[in-house]
Amino acid sequence: MSTTSLPNSPFAALNRGPLAYIALTAYVVVTSALMLMNTRTSLGTDVLFVLFLLGFLLLYRANVANGYKLALGAIMLIGVVPYFGTMNAYYIELAIQAGIFVALALGLNVVVGFAGLLDLGYVAFFAVGAYLWGIFSTDQISQISPGASPVSPQWFYLFMALGLFVGAFFGVLLGLPVLRLRGDYLAIVTLGLGEVIRVLAVNLDRPINITNGSQGIKSIARPPLPDFLRALFPGLDDPQLYQLFIYALALLVVGITILTVFRLKNSRIGRAWEAIREDETAAVAMGVPLVRMKLMAFAVGASFAGVMGVLFAAKQQFINPPTFDLIRSIGILAMVILGGMGSIPGVILGGVLVTLLDLQILPRIATELGALKRQGIVIPDWFDPAQYQRALFGLLLIIMMIFRPEGILPDQRRREEAHATEAQEMPEEAGAGEVKPA
Amino acid sequence: MALLEAKNVTKSFGGLIAVNNVSLTVERGSIVSVIGPNGAGKTTFFNVLTGIYKPDHGSIIFDGASIAGQRPDQITKQGIARTFQNIRLFNNMTAIENVLVGMHARLNAKMWQIIFQSPSVRVEEPRARARARELLKFVGLEGRYDELAKNLPYGDQRRLEIARALATEPKLILLDEPTAGMNPQETLEATRLIQRLRDELGLTVILIEHDMRVVMTISERISVLDYGEKIAEGKPEEIRANARVVEAYLGRGAAVAD
Repeated sequence: MSTTSLPNSPFAALNRGPLAYIALTAYVVVTSALMLMNTRTSLGTDVLFVLFLLGFLLLYRANVANGYKLALGAIMLIGVVPYFGTMNAYYIELAIQAGIFVALALGLNVVVGFAGLLDLGYVAFFAVGAYLWGIFSTDQISQISPGASPVSPQWFYLFMALGLFVGAFFGVLLGLPVLRLRGDYLAIVTLGLGEVIRVLAVNLDRPINITNGSQGIKSIARPPLPDFLRALFPGLDDPQLYQLFIYALALLVVGITILTVFRLKNSRIGRAWEAIREDETAAVAMGVPLVRMKLMAFAVGASFAGVMGVLFAAKQQFINPPTFDLIRSIGILAMVILGGMGSIPGVILGGVLVTLLDLQILPRIATELGALKRQGIVIPDWFDPAQYQRALFGLLLIIMMIFRPEGILPDQRRREEAHATEAQEMPEEAGAGEVKPA
Repeated sequence: MALLEAKNVTKSFGGLIAVNNVSLTVERGSIVSVIGPNGAGKTTFFNVLTGIYKPDHGSIIFDGASIAGQRPDQITKQGIARTFQNIRLFNNMTAIENVLVGMHARLNAKMWQIIFQSPSVRVEEPRARARARELLKFVGLEGRYDELAKNLPYGDQRRLEIARALATEPKLILLDEPTAGMNPQETLEATRLIQRLRDELGLTVILIEHDMRVVMTISERISVLDYGEKIAEGKPEEIRANARVVEAYLGRGAAVAD
């Protein structure tokens, strides 16, 4: 692993000691500054944005005090990103999308990574949360029960909490029929159940119009802007403030999600999930109640999606069934697998990476190739870069699975614990090895 | 009263009667062996006792209460722990985590307590870890706490399985071929460990074992299964002299020649 190879690499000194602090701070300051000076959406800014985000990874991997990591990370997330966002709406939109998908991936990771239950219908719970707010905050509610009026946007926060419970409820509901299934069978049935939710969303416009069918629900309410936000940034207009506001909410949900999954993972419940993943029969023989623990995994995973669904509906202000199709579920699963199943930092990275690939990097490559073509560089006519985005994404996944099947940042906690003494001794050993005995 | 009383237990799979009308009484604080040729139904009998299979007929009374037909985790909670014939550790978890999983039923942290890190969880978790280290020390795995289970040598994996079973705080422990695949030195150590389970922890032990030296040294009573039926029961010396047992193991000719 890279932790063991680092002492020998020329960058070793940059990764520890006072130099690490200086190097990290310098990196973050330089990328932030460059980014803030290039606010036009362009290839250059894209690259800077990715480099800036790479700072989080460096921060995570560096051997510096945790307090420092947190402080610098917080400055980047709470200071730099929103500030940059006020100058270019596209990038804060990216950050919000990344946040939403990181929370979703973390939720799915509970089911797939921790408990080992392959779930291909996860996006259904996201849909449930989104439709919950979509229906109750718009005139759609009067279609269901005539006379009822939409709830006040103030209630948004209550509905986020409600999304948690409704998500958990649906998690249990869809978990019950699949309790006895394992592996491939589980994947197929959850895939089916996930599609059932989407098809319901398409078809529940008759006899009672609940979801407004394939037309979707329009003009979904947003929570009212808090006054302090307006007072804090008097120079910004409402759309900008809204983006900051949604960004803050997404960041908050992601933060709570990370804390929750981290605590669960290192607990009696997390260990029971892992035991089920490793060997069901042995787990149950050691006193782990299978049914309860599996349902708990489904419920916890689904609840995060429920909350994020509510937020997503408020952000988009429009939802329709195709948003919640199978490809979405597969995309979220790809985040989990790419990052490293069961590994919380890995899944966060996977979520950000796949979102960026999807919304920024691959479209950017396509645009640039298109521009080259127009300038007369020979690219065959049958190759339309925009059409090949998905293929490129698939290719990346395949390459990953061949060269790093455990994910980019595999579950490291145990590995580090296991080799804690080794890792500490390593630098001395490496140093001593270079001096040949006389 | 006996700790475990299994009466007329029968379990069949389709046409095959794997365990046929077997009764077994185990006194508190004793070490009892179940022996028999391969395919005699010993492991199936264990699986019925621990709830992995439900018996077709018969009653199982453990510590005064009927456990027949209960789920494995419920039975474990009432005080029966087991190890497996083909080691079934949680391979990608560390030794100490394996033991901590065994404590699952004895820990009380609820989901919301874990999420909010309530004071009770903050006390319970370190205490559980300390206890797990103690158990690992007891079986001789001191200092290997953070080793992944799959990276442990074979003999240590067997020990870890015992530590994990002990973590469930059992009254009765079922060991399925605890010395299988061990060399004489390891077998000797395993035998001592089994004796310590009873002598130091006061547990009752039932073991399935093929190594007759182990069986004859440590068991107080031996039950012999053959083709799913119990063909003999008694003290080691009685079993050694039993013609039906010799026949079951070595074939009729051997028994007659004897």
